[in-house]
Amino acid sequence: METIINGFSIAVNEEGYLTDFSQWNEEVAEKLATEASIELTPRHWEVLKYLQEEHMKQAALSIRRIGKSGVVDIKEFYQLFPNAPLKTASKISGIPKPASCI
Amino acid sequence: MKNLVILGAGTAGTMMANHLNHHLKQPEWQITIIDEREAHHYQPGYLFLPFDIYSPEDIVKTIEEFIPKDVELIKNKINRILPTENKIELAGGKELPYDILIIATGAKIAPEETEGMKGSEWQKSVFDFYSFEGSLALRNKLREWEGGKLVVHITEMPIKCPVAPLEFAFLADSFFKHKNMRDKVEITYVTPLSGAFTKPKATQALEHLLEEKNIHIESDFAIERVDNENKEIVDYGGKVIPFDLLVTVPTNKGDELLERSGMGDDLNYVPTHKATLQSKEYNNVFVLGDASNLPASKAGSVAHFEAEILTENILRFIHGEPLKEEFDGHANCFIETGNSKALLIDFNYTHEPVEGSFPFPGLGPLRLLKESRMNHMGKLAFRWIYWNMLLKGTHIPFVSATMSESGKHYDKKTTNQSTIINQL
Repeated sequence: METIINGFSIAVNEEGYLTDFSQWNEEVAEKLATEASIELTPRHWEVLKYLQEEHMKQAALSIRRIGKSGVVDIKEFYQLFPNAPLKTASKISGIPKPASCI
Repeated sequence: MKNLVILGAGTAGTMMANHLNHHLKQPEWQITIIDEREAHHYQPGYLFLPFDIYSPEDIVKTIEEFIPKDVELIKNKINRILPTENKIELAGGKELPYDILIIATGAKIAPEETEGMKGSEWQKSVFDFYSFEGSLALRNKLREWEGGKLVVHITEMPIKCPVAPLEFAFLADSFFKHKNMRDKVEITYVTPLSGAFTKPKATQALEHLLEEKNIHIESDFAIERVDNENKEIVDYGGKVIPFDLLVTVPTNKGDELLERSGMGDDLNYVPTHKATLQSKEYNNVFVLGDASNLPASKAGSVAHFEAEILTENILRFIHGEPLKEEFDGHANCFIETGNSKALLIDFNYTHEPVEGSFPFPGLGPLRLLKESRMNHMGKLAFRWIYWNMLLKGTHIPFVSATMSESGKHYDKKTTNQSTIINQL
């Protein structure tokens, strides 16, 4: 599947997560944030950058891990990205939907 | 003489002791297994105990009766592992050297991780069924409970047997129907996941069942605390769910031993190679069952499949041969759905549970992802298989350690995609 952002075609999966991180840029993030009714502030960007760094290190992301990251506590994480913060923030930062182990 | 030491005499450790006992013989090898407990519990039975389907005698036996006589059983607390010195330090200071170490110390509940969970209502109106004590206390509560809001809740993933809380909700529905009080009970299923399960096809089937049984689902709920005074659970986003009876699955963690030994991750699980079961840090350390950080289900069936592959890899390691990268995350779980019916799911790292037949393609007799009485009989028969075959390391006929794709109705496109992702 594809979506058009600022005239560029971006590859996404059926849930709207980017499938090719190289297509991510700050404009893409702004657009995805707007779709989630979020206005990105410098605090949002710190969290998004952190998620991307962790993803590059192949760390499995979880709410618990983010709470202990020192970047943001869980309460604030929810304020920044309401409802399902890890999923929303992952989508905006262009990384895959976090896999919950089963 | 060389020493192979197994830590933990639960499902995984006991199976390994039995498997390896056939291959590593005295006087060349001494196998030792260490566990401080007296009893071996059939943990799947914790699900049935609260509903008086099983009694304590059905699910508790001694550890000794499943350990082969040539294997030395040490009943002692383990202080720590000294992996750079290849030694185990027992409580009291005694040290035990090893050539090969197998960590099978499992996972257990940690209710103290959530504010208020172990508060004044613990085992009064807040219960777990992931421990023998919790399950038994809940049985006593359910015998006399007169109804109200029942909330079945998962704190955070990963948990042991991720389908157990769903099964609990289904069995509760059935239990209250039989007691002619279903109309007095409102059942809500609360999960941190975005649906009933983590895999799409199974989620669809399970959510349909929840609806059919009039069980309300609250998803994406990340609990912040249990409010004992107002009898509510509160999530970080401010959502509040009231309860009269809360049956929760607290955070699951690996054994504190791994924390004391500096070998665990932030939940005390040991970083492990997912295809070989070798520790990522120490070549002569292997991990199986719930103790590892593998992205597979924490379940007895997984430990069983792992044990067959790990046995071969340990023999290869001893002979200096490359390890087989064979474990595929295979899990096989019965899901009790109440009224003497059950579902069966069979899946691995890359293939989600789908419909089909098991173990014989096209024939069954078990049906995948569909409710049937035969599946329920399978689940009940499994207790006998567990005590008499599984723990003893006897191969279960027709069920292979790696998952078979035959007889399963995969959507071709999805399968290919997930395979490709895995290869990448």
